[in-house]
Amino acid sequence: MTINRRDFLKVSGAGAASTLIAGCATQSAPTVAKASPKVVVVGAGFGGATCAKYLRTWGPNIEVTLIDPNDNFISCPISNWVIGGMKTMADITRSYDKLPSQYGVKMVKDYVVAIDTKARIVKTKGGGSFSYDRLVLSPGVDIRTDLVGGFKEAEAAGKVVHAWKAGAQTALLRKQLVNMPDGGVFVMSVPTVPYRCPPGPYERASLVADYFTKAKPKSKIILLDGNPDIVSKKPLFMGVWNTLYKGMIDYRPNNAPYRVNGDTMTVTTEFDEVKGDVLNVVPPQRAGAVCEMAGVRTAANDNWCPVNLTTFESTTTPNVHIIGDSVSAALPKSGHMANNMAKVCASAIVELLAGRNPDTVPVITNTCYSAVSDTKAGYVANVWRWEGAKGYVSQPDGGATAVPDELNKAYNESWASNIWSDVLG
Amino acid sequence: MKTTLLVAGLSAFMLAAPVHATDVHTRTIASTCFACHGNNGVSNGAIPSIAGLDKAYFVKTMQDFKSGARPASIMKRHASGYTDAEFVAMGDYFASLKK
Ligand SMILES: Cc1cc2nc3c(=O)[nH]c(=O)nc-3n(C[C@H](O)[C@H](O)[C@H](O)COP(=O)(O)OP(=O)(O)OC[C@H]3O[C@@H](n4cnc5c(N)ncnc54)[C@H](O)[C@@H]3O)c2cc1C
Ligand code: HEC
Repeated sequence: MTINRRDFLKVSGAGAASTLIAGCATQSAPTVAKASPKVVVVGAGFGGATCAKYLRTWGPNIEVTLIDPNDNFISCPISNWVIGGMKTMADITRSYDKLPSQYGVKMVKDYVVAIDTKARIVKTKGGGSFSYDRLVLSPGVDIRTDLVGGFKEAEAAGKVVHAWKAGAQTALLRKQLVNMPDGGVFVMSVPTVPYRCPPGPYERASLVADYFTKAKPKSKIILLDGNPDIVSKKPLFMGVWNTLYKGMIDYRPNNAPYRVNGDTMTVTTEFDEVKGDVLNVVPPQRAGAVCEMAGVRTAANDNWCPVNLTTFESTTTPNVHIIGDSVSAALPKSGHMANNMAKVCASAIVELLAGRNPDTVPVITNTCYSAVSDTKAGYVANVWRWEGAKGYVSQPDGGATAVPDELNKAYNESWASNIWSDVLG
Repeated sequence: MKTTLLVAGLSAFMLAAPVHATDVHTRTIASTCFACHGNNGVSNGAIPSIAGLDKAYFVKTMQDFKSGARPASIMKRHASGYTDAEFVAMGDYFASLKK
């Protein structure tokens, strides 16, 4: 008897069947269990570090190698609080130490430069070579500075930052705002969707407004949005812009920057040319470059990575899983989401490597708290359950707060501290 | 070659214990709560810890969040995403975690 792929999927149960309905034809079958299978994880951010930790927790026989060039974990969540002056860089920096010492993750401080998905080998800049049974990619976003004319030159000259990856640019932007005279203009842009952290740009504008209100009340903010309207938590943000920060934020929709000039300090859009004292242009985004190396970032998906959403395995390349911001899905690109995807992915990989069928009804949740001042915050929260042919279905009672308060500010801060300890141990 | 691989995969499925899926599901959904409630349910700061909660208290609390009987800033939004059976299964698991 010959068993073709279709028959195989029929007998292998509901999970595989729903996978088929979702059009993901390349889910690889569970493999006969090895004594010590190897998983390589690329990127030790919200998705990758969580995945490595849970792979070792649930699959102690799995050898997990986590590759990232950074010395420390620097969190994008709460980085807007640094820009607003409510927190410091030290507050958003955490050590990776517990992943090797308490979870047995092999950490490699290096940058992945090549992936051979046939031979299943990952190569690093430092000359390392790592073979895998399964590969997990969580590289975050690739910021398309090439799509905004003049950006690279102005960025190299320290005249414009995106600060959409937490690190040196976060600190530089804070410094520029501190050095700006009262009465200055802060120009910021919002990339076109989909981009990392939908409420993030509006949170940043609000916290800079909070800082200006206290320290330089004559200053202005021009917010150039590439989208037709506020993308996330509109009532929450409009509420404070029209009250706490009345007259300070000039919001301009449908205004994506296509050029920036660091000498004249101007940002050009289709409709406007604006001058600022501090420029924070956030270019459009796509899946991290390492996804291109593995051939899993596809032009047909607008340069994001299509996956089987119950296992996060690539639909184009077997044994390669993608989680976090790089995934192509109608789901928000957040750290909370990357953390939850990582758990579903780790759980599936543990099962597949043990020759078992993964969970057929996974659940993924999201919460994005946003501070709107140094005392108040709100949130958006949802739970999605996998319902076979329907894919992930948003459950009742999900939604956003319209009015910020002190309690949510306290929970926002606690959330950050707790997710960092969940990601890093 | 392809057929052999698939048959190998198939027999591996058949060896899997049927109860396993429930455990894997519970362990994974419970882990999603740790993003807010901290590593293994032990929290830093304002959000309460959930490690080591009494099972009956846990199940009742989750049902009350879902129905709205217990007012909450955010837990109604999360509790509404789960079934009673999942509350019971998670209750066993959280009760087993060290405070
Ligand atoms: C200003 C701002 C505020 C935010 N606020 C929130 C918030 O409040 N809540 C929330 O949930 N989310 C928030 N986010 C979103 C969140 O930061 C991202 O969604 C999350 O980091 C995505 O996780 P990831 O694992 O996909 O990528 P990341 O966390 O960015 O991790 C990617 C890692 O991959 C590494 N990497 C990349 N390429 C390679 C390579 N070739 N080789 C080796 N390593 C590589 C990088 O060094 C990096 O460490 C915010 C984002 C920003 C910018
Ligand atoms: C977005 C963050 C967040 C997530 C995710 C979350 N919680 Fe909560 N939880 C809270 C907050 C905040 C409270 C305090 C009540 C409130 O205001 O909502 C709380 C309270 C609780 C309590 C009451 C504790 C007590 O001592 O009475 C329980 C039980 C609980 N959560 C269980 C869970 C479970 C189980 C999950 C996962 C299915 C979960 N929570 C997911 C934030 C969260």
